[in-house]
Amino acid sequence: MNILSLFVLIPVLTSVAIVFTKNMKQTRVASAIGMSIQLILAAILVFLYLNERQAGNTAEMLFTYDALWFPSLNIHYAVGVDGISVAMIALTGVVVFAGIFASWNMEFLTREFFISLILLATGVFGFFISIDLFTMFLFYEVAVIPMYLLIGIWGSGPKEYSAMKLTLMLMGGSALLMVGLLGIYFYSAPETGILTWNLLEISKINIPIEMQRFLFPFTFIGFGILGALFPFHTWSPDGHASAPTAVSMLHAGVLMKLGGYGAFRVAIFLMPDAAQEQAWIFLILTSISVVYGAFGAIWQKDLKYINAYSSVSHCGLVLFAVLMMNQTAFNGAIIQMISHGLMTALFFALIGMIYGRTHTRMINEMGGLMKVMPFLGVVYVIAGLASLGLPGLSGFVAEMTIFFGAFQHTDFFHRFLTIMATTSIVVTAVYILRVVGILLLGPIKNDHFLHLEDAKWHERLSTITLVLAIAAIGIAPLWLSDMINVSLAPIVNKISMTGFEFTSLF
Amino acid sequence: MIDYTYTLLIPLIPFVVFLFTGLAGHKMKPMTSGLIGTTGLFAVTILSYLTAIRYFWTDHVEGAGYSSLKAFEIQWLHLTEKLTINLGVLLDPISVMMLVVVSTVSFMVHIYSLGYMKGDTGFARFYAFLSLFTFAMLGLVLATNIFQMYIFWELVGVSSFLLIGFYYEKPSAVAASKKAFIVTRFADLGFLIGILMLSFMTDTFDFQTLVSPTGPAMAQAGGAAFLGLSGITWALIFVFMGGAGKSAMFPLHIWLPDAMEGPTPVSALIHAATMVVAGVYLVARLFPVYSMVAPDALHVVAWVGGISSLFAAIIACTQTDIKRVLAYSTMSQIGYMMLALGVSGYGGHDGLGFMAGNFHLFTHAMFKALLFLGAGAIIHAVHSNDMRDMGGLRKYLPITHITFLIACLTIAGLPPLSGFFSKDEILVAAFHSNMPLFIIEFAVAGLTAFYMFRLYYSIFWGKDTHYHHTPHEAPATMTIPLLILAFGAVFSGFLPFHELVTSDGLPFEAHIEYAVAIPSVLIGILGIVIATLMYRKVSTSPAKLANGFGSFYTWAYHKFYMDEVYLFMTKKVIFNYISRPVAWFDRHIVDGFMNLIAHVIERSAYLIKGFQSGRIQQYGYVFVSGTIVLVIIFVYLW
Amino acid sequence: MTGTIPLQYFLIISTLMFFTGIYGFLTRKNLITMLMSIELILNSVNINFVAFNRYLYPDNLHGHFFSLIVIAVAAAEAAVAIAIIINIYRNFRSIDVDKVDEMKF
Repeated sequence: MNILSLFVLIPVLTSVAIVFTKNMKQTRVASAIGMSIQLILAAILVFLYLNERQAGNTAEMLFTYDALWFPSLNIHYAVGVDGISVAMIALTGVVVFAGIFASWNMEFLTREFFISLILLATGVFGFFISIDLFTMFLFYEVAVIPMYLLIGIWGSGPKEYSAMKLTLMLMGGSALLMVGLLGIYFYSAPETGILTWNLLEISKINIPIEMQRFLFPFTFIGFGILGALFPFHTWSPDGHASAPTAVSMLHAGVLMKLGGYGAFRVAIFLMPDAAQEQAWIFLILTSISVVYGAFGAIWQKDLKYINAYSSVSHCGLVLFAVLMMNQTAFNGAIIQMISHGLMTALFFALIGMIYGRTHTRMINEMGGLMKVMPFLGVVYVIAGLASLGLPGLSGFVAEMTIFFGAFQHTDFFHRFLTIMATTSIVVTAVYILRVVGILLLGPIKNDHFLHLEDAKWHERLSTITLVLAIAAIGIAPLWLSDMINVSLAPIVNKISMTGFEFTSLF
Repeated sequence: MIDYTYTLLIPLIPFVVFLFTGLAGHKMKPMTSGLIGTTGLFAVTILSYLTAIRYFWTDHVEGAGYSSLKAFEIQWLHLTEKLTINLGVLLDPISVMMLVVVSTVSFMVHIYSLGYMKGDTGFARFYAFLSLFTFAMLGLVLATNIFQMYIFWELVGVSSFLLIGFYYEKPSAVAASKKAFIVTRFADLGFLIGILMLSFMTDTFDFQTLVSPTGPAMAQAGGAAFLGLSGITWALIFVFMGGAGKSAMFPLHIWLPDAMEGPTPVSALIHAATMVVAGVYLVARLFPVYSMVAPDALHVVAWVGGISSLFAAIIACTQTDIKRVLAYSTMSQIGYMMLALGVSGYGGHDGLGFMAGNFHLFTHAMFKALLFLGAGAIIHAVHSNDMRDMGGLRKYLPITHITFLIACLTIAGLPPLSGFFSKDEILVAAFHSNMPLFIIEFAVAGLTAFYMFRLYYSIFWGKDTHYHHTPHEAPATMTIPLLILAFGAVFSGFLPFHELVTSDGLPFEAHIEYAVAIPSVLIGILGIVIATLMYRKVSTSPAKLANGFGSFYTWAYHKFYMDEVYLFMTKKVIFNYISRPVAWFDRHIVDGFMNLIAHVIERSAYLIKGFQSGRIQQYGYVFVSGTIVLVIIFVYLW
Repeated sequence: MTGTIPLQYFLIISTLMFFTGIYGFLTRKNLITMLMSIELILNSVNINFVAFNRYLYPDNLHGHFFSLIVIAVAAAEAAVAIAIIINIYRNFRSIDVDKVDEMKF
């Protein structure tokens, strides 16, 4: 049995097991066991991967497995991982694990909730292990669909509206993506005549530049919508605000990463020429995302909106780095995805926990929570500090790598955008400290809050897992960065082989 | 090579103490965590002194210069092929000097706080934060490369944030901590851009490589990249922006007075002796680069320092909160240090300013920490920060009184106290290279003496205020640090800085230049005399003087309305004119467009849904008439 | 025998019946009347079958068989339809087609 297939199999088996559970306790224990196994498996995968690389295996993808699935279109179930996907899988493992414990007290339709949640996780895991474009797309859809149910049924506020909006916008993205992927498929074999969906095989040939020019925007925007590319990001604030805690965590934590990962793995990797030609358009859009998201967050009053806009800003940075197209920037993009995944999941978990106690998410109705719930308060501050890029926590490593990567471009256009992006670190500090100041510090505004309890064991487990992961990356980033760097080499090589220069506006 | 690897312990001990007291502090008795912290700092102090003695004396070969050496270094992160971030320990004269400063003051503050913070609910938290700060500050001081410095720079920033906001239930403390963090963060943005540019041009972060006379930085001299200044000059100006933010230089100083919302020992440690001089330290670190390839940047440093020192000294004369007076005084003194670096040349006697700046940093740390801790003892006794609530305290607080007086005399620059030596060297350096700045500093020397003695007399002399309960002298844990620091303030001037801490590592001859020293002492005495006349006894002369200055006094009293300007910038411009429209734009234009698409689709669906009425008979009509039409077409018209 | 009544007569009758049925189906709102109209249509087809069989292929019986099957199916259909109509009546207290619009939109 291929170890990668286990990542899909275990969630499926867990869902099946949940079907047979009798009550809420059994359900959540079953999901916890399943996702713990998944987390352990992810750790084992990291270990095996590093071991294999240590042993000198230089293949681009490791642990590959290939089975023909639908012969007439040459669709395969093809899996394989490199350092980047291993890192993303580890991220997903951690976030899903934390998500299960964060929704420990889900009482309404518990079984269905956990099944949908785990189904979503299946899609994400499947996406990251696939190297066949079609299966990749398939898993992408598997991940997006349960979202509708999760928000529409278990959400809060205008949940039907948000769920519909999110699903429709993401489906719109999928439609664009499908065009892009089909185009890639039909131009995947100019010589042999056997069309293929396999990422590695396509990467060996060059898609004709005219086609690239046409297909790149489809693919990039298709993935970009999921990665909250300005101006296609508006599903994110509404969707996050209405989604239940664990869903927000998973969505912002890993699902949005599908966008960044796909934009990088498919759009940039397979169509580097067009990417270099058109990067400037998207660079402008992403730098707008970065600054605009941050400024948007300053004015919000709802905790989830603040965090959603902050996600727009941080995910904008991911796409920004991806478009800078050099090794350091790519590396930064991947670390930023992981870092943002962890800290935003932590944020949403905390917001859910605070909401569960105070029954409001409006910051101006709260105050002085540090006094009544010191544990949650401290963790919130840690998450905030990670978000504003404090050294020793993961955000700093990611942002610095991105800035240094982006600064490698010497022309004025790229320099200007880089410096514009760096200003986000100040604006981020403003909105994070504003929230911390109003929400946690100061006097307690509402007497009811005096009797609230601090975190329970499952909440502690959930948040501590995430905090540890954030600190681990922040304090010792070298192993992660090296693991990613090795896998970036073939991608950077392919890009540098193209003779195209960056088009710049100025 | 002499082994200094043990110096790694110097930053690591506070870090371990921080983790331990931070995680387990709430389970221990408060005093236990305090004692753990203090013990840890004691060990750090011993190690620092040992290192200083070994570096400067026992391991030093007579006659050779002091070179910089890396005691330890590991890789932390690869950025590009050429740039690697390392973490390590760098020992050279200024870092060893700073080790002594940081560990001494921090140790004193740790002891002092055992008394000052006693009974506070956040006692354990306070000690955890103090350890975090000490760790970060030591890491900053010992940084081997500019990026490590940036890392710890941010960490001291955040520990400062945590400590200013220590009384987090007080809205003013929360606001002050927020302000401190955001203003310095803004400055750090400049620092970061500076690092980006510098590292791009030189392909290195490493201090040793950067400052080496044959290094890549030196090759960048000349050339005009932008507005007539070379690229490296801009890079260094941006780096200095970071330093100016941390060191509260005009116009990024506004956070420092507000930062006095933190507990007083914190003000002594962070906002007087150590963190705020980080900017000076940063410039000193890169001094050879500044001096050799970017003299223009150095001029910026000098003028910013000079203007800040004058600006702050004027404001200090009008404030009534004793901690704020001290805060402005700190800003003014740091201005002195910046100016000293700014007017300095490189090597030999030309490097007098460099030596003087560091010398003043050292002595200032002693006497300013002493002043703050003394102020803490006063506040502890009177429960007020406002000097108008005080008076005649010399009878109640004898030890505080004596040590405070010593500190005031030191900062006024009277011989043979330490302030005299360091300030005199700065004036000499300015005298020889930049006359306008010398005149400014000369005036500031008089102002300094005046506002310090205004403070001194208002607290300890003046009217006999009746207190609710008799003020009493602080406990021994608080007075012993005062005495130790007073000892340092008096005698640290005799340290042979011109042999130890010089711009090129080689000793040079320094002597007192009477042409500068005598006038500067005289103007100091003049300031004291005026203050004595005005404030020793209750009199109306201060009010008259204030009236005499008219609106200038009002402006100075309101700190030249700098806070209002900033408030306008943040509250009005950023919140109302940027953020709010952005939020509105996002909700109504971007999202509105998406909703519009959805709406259009829904409308068109509504329009055509009549065709799908579900009425079988309607379908039948359409079907039959359709058939008939088709029949007619096919049979008759085809 | 042949020639007594021309084929056209049968066809005219069946056409009349067919369009009467169509007309009734399209205009009547009462489900029972609509069902009757459908029966008319079916029977007009039956007449056609039988008539064509008799006049064009007198030796075969296919047309008759078809008519018999149609009659059987029509009977079954009437039974089902009336069952549905009775159920609709129970639920809606009406057998007007326009009133039965619960499932619409």
